[in-house]
Amino acid sequence: MTPTYYLLLSALLFSIGAVGVLVRRNAIVVFMCIELMLNAVNLSLVTFSRINGELDGQVMAFFVMVVAAAEVVVGLAIIMSIFRTRRTASVDDANLLKY
Amino acid sequence: MILELLAQAPPAPEVVTTGEAVTFWILGPLALLGALGMVFARNAVHSALALVGTMFCLAVFYIVQQAPFLGFVQIIVYTGAIMMLFLFVLMLVGRDSSDSVVEVLRGQRLAALALGIGLAVLLVAAVGRSLTNITAAGLPADGPGYSGNVTGLGALIFTDFLFAFELTSALLITAALGAMILAHAQSRGHLKRGQRATVTARLRGEHDRISPLPGPGVYATGNSVAVPAVLPDGSIAPESISAIIDATPVREVEDEPGPDAHALTGGRSDETDRQAGTDDDIHEDHR
Repeated sequence: MTPTYYLLLSALLFSIGAVGVLVRRNAIVVFMCIELMLNAVNLSLVTFSRINGELDGQVMAFFVMVVAAAEVVVGLAIIMSIFRTRRTASVDDANLLKY
Repeated sequence: MILELLAQAPPAPEVVTTGEAVTFWILGPLALLGALGMVFARNAVHSALALVGTMFCLAVFYIVQQAPFLGFVQIIVYTGAIMMLFLFVLMLVGRDSSDSVVEVLRGQRLAALALGIGLAVLLVAAVGRSLTNITAAGLPADGPGYSGNVTGLGALIFTDFLFAFELTSALLITAALGAMILAHAQSRGHLKRGQRATVTARLRGEHDRISPLPGPGVYATGNSVAVPAVLPDGSIAPESISAIIDATPVREVEDEPGPDAHALTGGRSDETDRQAGTDDDIHEDHR
């Protein structure tokens, strides 16, 4: 076994997340799929850091985590406000910007 | 001299231990299973819990792969904070907001599935072919790999990545402000109607009746909630009957002897005395 298997697992997780973004209609689940894709990329970054013997990959994964946290906060607030006006969390129903 | 040469030599390629392989082959399928469960679970809460499982597996992978700091940050930040935030919003939005089965675009799910499988095949083929024969350099276990991980990360963040780190602070402040504004801006949408507007609406006939509902017990013999109001002609006002009380089945009280008024003073019949405790027997002795 080589660390390449981690990269393969990361690729599979990323693909599953991409399929979820395309298939699911619930906005919150779509967000969770995006989180899964970010996590898969983090795993590959950590693996690259190990393969190269440098810490840079881990620092990049750290920044990805920070950006993901900020993105989740703003995205969930947007979903909440959409739900308050439209009474739904489905991405199909959010077809107007204002109402 | 020899020591200098040894110091300049490239680090020996790292060998993946058996324990790590076992960990990978147990937790890797679990992570995949969690991801698939997240995508295909119909209930959004089940999706969130499956994603938590996947993230835990990834955290173990980080720790195994000489990134202990990231592993614990993954557990604390992702599964602890972010996924709990997801669950909070799920509960606020309502658990019943599950996915609709209706396809808005015809054949969109099949196309998405085909695209996803294609992406997976491409990624796996590219990564697998180009990286099968590499040997990992590995992080030294006594250096940044294990014990010096946090120190090494901190040194990198505060030297090479300092500007990105400062940008991160701006990003976090912006995100917090944006979340507060987005989450609070909606209270203006539901204007409360004042007293005068309510009266006007009543007179305009927007309500069922002009006057408010009669209270229970008005002009009746009692003021209990269960007693209906009586109209001037003596009949019962139907609006004043509480629907809950009306629907509750009523059982007639059986002929039980009520609480004995003499129970406190001690002057009772013999039958109740025998049922009482020892204290009463002592009283009887005194008598």
